[in-house]
Amino acid sequence: MTEEIKMVDIFLMGKRYTVPETLTILDAMEYAGYQLTRGCGCRAGFCGACATVFRMANDYELQVGLACQTKVEDGMYLAQIPFFPGRKASFNLEDIQPSVAHFAQLYPEVYRCLGCSSCNKVCPQDIDVMQYIAYCQRGDFAKAADISFDCVMCGLCVSRCPANIVHYNAALTARRLYSRYIAKPDPFLSERARAIKDGEMDAEIDALVTADNEKLQELYNEREIEK
Amino acid sequence: MTYTPQLRELMKKVEETRPSRVGVHFPRMSQEERQDVLQKFHPDYIEDGFRELKVGVNKGSRLPNEMADVFESYSPLRDVELDLTADPDYDVDVLIIGGGGAGASAALDAHAAGAKVMIATKLRFGDANTMMAQGGIQAADKENDSPAIHYLDVMGGGRLENVPELARALVMDAPLVIKWLEDMGTMFDKKEDGTMITNHGGGTSRKRMHAARDYTGAEIMRTLRDEVYNQGINVVEFAAAVEVLLDENGRAAGAVLYNLETEEYLIARAKTVIIATGGSGRLHYRGFPTSNHYGATADGLIMGYRAGAKTIYADSIQYHPTGGAYPPQLLGLLVTEKTRGLGATPLNIKGEQFVYHLETRDVESSAIIRECEERGMGVPLPTGITAVWLDSPILELTHGEGTIERQLPAMLRQFQRFGVDIRKEPMLIYPTLHYQNGGLLIDGNGHSAVENLYVAGEAAGGIHGTNRLMGNSLLDIIVFGRRAGRDAAAKSKDMPGPEKLTLEHVKAYHRELEEAGAAGSRVGPILLPHYTHR
Ligand SMILES: Cc1cc2nc3c(=O)[nH]c(=O)nc-3n(C[C@H](O)[C@H](O)[C@H](O)COP(=O)(O)OP(=O)(O)OC[C@H]3O[C@@H](n4cnc5c(N)ncnc54)[C@H](O)[C@@H]3O)c2cc1C
Ligand code: SF4
Ligand code: SF4
Ligand code: FES
Repeated sequence: MTEEIKMVDIFLMGKRYTVPETLTILDAMEYAGYQLTRGCGCRAGFCGACATVFRMANDYELQVGLACQTKVEDGMYLAQIPFFPGRKASFNLEDIQPSVAHFAQLYPEVYRCLGCSSCNKVCPQDIDVMQYIAYCQRGDFAKAADISFDCVMCGLCVSRCPANIVHYNAALTARRLYSRYIAKPDPFLSERARAIKDGEMDAEIDALVTADNEKLQELYNEREIEK
Repeated sequence: MTYTPQLRELMKKVEETRPSRVGVHFPRMSQEERQDVLQKFHPDYIEDGFRELKVGVNKGSRLPNEMADVFESYSPLRDVELDLTADPDYDVDVLIIGGGGAGASAALDAHAAGAKVMIATKLRFGDANTMMAQGGIQAADKENDSPAIHYLDVMGGGRLENVPELARALVMDAPLVIKWLEDMGTMFDKKEDGTMITNHGGGTSRKRMHAARDYTGAEIMRTLRDEVYNQGINVVEFAAAVEVLLDENGRAAGAVLYNLETEEYLIARAKTVIIATGGSGRLHYRGFPTSNHYGATADGLIMGYRAGAKTIYADSIQYHPTGGAYPPQLLGLLVTEKTRGLGATPLNIKGEQFVYHLETRDVESSAIIRECEERGMGVPLPTGITAVWLDSPILELTHGEGTIERQLPAMLRQFQRFGVDIRKEPMLIYPTLHYQNGGLLIDGNGHSAVENLYVAGEAAGGIHGTNRLMGNSLLDIIVFGRRAGRDAAAKSKDMPGPEKLTLEHVKAYHRELEEAGAAGSRVGPILLPHYTHR
């Protein structure tokens, strides 16, 4: 059932290559003979390594995407953004609070957002980026954390922001603040951690560690399974 | 309209049989049937996929051919002149090779213990298998659970072949790891009162799978990475280690790094070295596609092995039954276990179920391979391979409309990107190469057979026996990353730096290769796969 695969013309850094139309941009670069070092990580849409900009022939609009998650099309002019510099504020999580004042010290540029929504247009994860920046401004870290969660830190929003905001780092700080200070700590976890450190759980496990395989297999087969 | 007219025609069979399949339970296999299908079809049992290693400390042990090819290869440094007496480019207490979850955890704890730490990593920091884990991480931190109960699951799942000391460390540290991550601001799924939401995973007897939506690994990785940067730890990216350096007494003393961009070699001298280079899916055993990231090429295994570290269960590989098969852009991509967990069933070309959908990963994979290879009941794809259907649309019937969007958003998005709507169209799947169960043997502190050389994460072996349960890998990388980091830091404290750096062990390995006539012209570690898609 192998069929004739249609070929398309694409342009990598201006040079023309004819490639099968079934390939992703990433695959197409390899087909063309590149061995990728930068701009390629998970190959599955999780790591954000492969941010790419392209233009279609005869179209003025610049388009963007993840090279591993976008298929080639005839007449694509491509370039990768293997590295787009972005500032990360350093902080000691124990010394800051989820407050507007502290956040503004770390990421003052979020207050320069012009509301142009360029970030939303480019986000490959369809995140409402501008909105999470707005939540960060207001100190609503719970909401910022929630809606920014699927961010793969690809940097495409940063590449287009006229206010020079580094959205993904601001969002990550918001999520860490939320998780550390706003979400409640698990009520039982500390107690379990203490019991382990104090050796209270040793006897039960050492009985198993020293048991022979026959005994272990028996216990395993008969173990009770939570519904 | 990604599916071709031929596939659409075949898809009709799935639609025809669907109403008759709702609510019907396909029988589970008996123990004998399981053994039978494993032995005949699981790649681990197909003897011509393996060979005996001809060189090194584990000479005679069994390895998959593709891994043996890497082990029986010349160092990239064979014809390279390096001045090992010159001032090194880097000089640290603890050198960590690999910037995934294991490496980042090791770095944080070694740094906290006061050591001078550096991470050298092949791609970007976080371009790693850790970033891709979706499902979750296990820990016995509920009142009805205990490390001992977790231990029994780990051992039983691992066919009792685990090293007991390592399994013990894994489960005892687990709640501490979750606490550490919680304190670091990792966004776990929680109830209002802060209670972690935990679920079952394959082989768990308690609900102890913690998750961060369907990006658990990504959330852990980006938090760890952020903290490594906050601590000011030196991270050198696009610097792949190619060989471990030893001192004149055969102790680990650093590594030779290769700058992927300038193509120069750099010398990193260190009192202790931690290999945290992850798995080997990109070696594509038996031609299988893989769910692993681009840099999963077993580099740490061969470097450590040449330096004298021992392997354990390196021939035990986990295949995940549901890898993407079509559209071609999704080849090998992990279709999360949750899809079957919710009730999506594998179907053959006639739209008939042929295996219970929740057999263990190895059995489910083998049954799919049998359906395609032996029974000829697979779905032929335009790309020349065969696959089976995974009936996702049935979920919308059994659990109500909107289920897929709510429960499987990442999957929905990924298939949609390539023109398949999994709410209406079934997926096409085939087993994918997923995880390396074994690796380099360590002790409870992550220490290998070579003095001052540690291994942590997927590169290490023994913890999971010959079968790792879902959720125990994200756990092990942090448990043993931290243990290795702490021990290496402590050790470095009262140790002078290495006096002399040597690569004599590599030369000796080359001599052994030549005597055995084993290497041909192969060079390893391979660092990156070379794809042409032709
Ligand atoms: C798709 C997918 C889903 C998964 N889901 C789960 C899950 O739900 N639960 C679970 O517990 N486990 C899961 N796993 C398994 C788990 O994610 C991995 O086993 C684990 O994250 C490995 O961590 P690591 O730090 O050892 O390796 P990695 O995270 O792979 O990191 C290794 C790092 O070392 C670098 N490196 C490699 N070679 C060199 C070199 N020569 N020099 C320098 N650096 C090098 C790599 O580039 C990489 O950055 C999943 C795995 C995959 C692929
Ligand atoms: S928010 Fe920005 S960095 Fe995050 S995924 Fe969207 S475009 Fe990429
Ligand atoms: S691109 Fe920058 S300025 Fe424009 S909306 Fe987004 S954050 Fe604001
Ligand atoms: S390579 Fe990771 S998102 Fe594309």
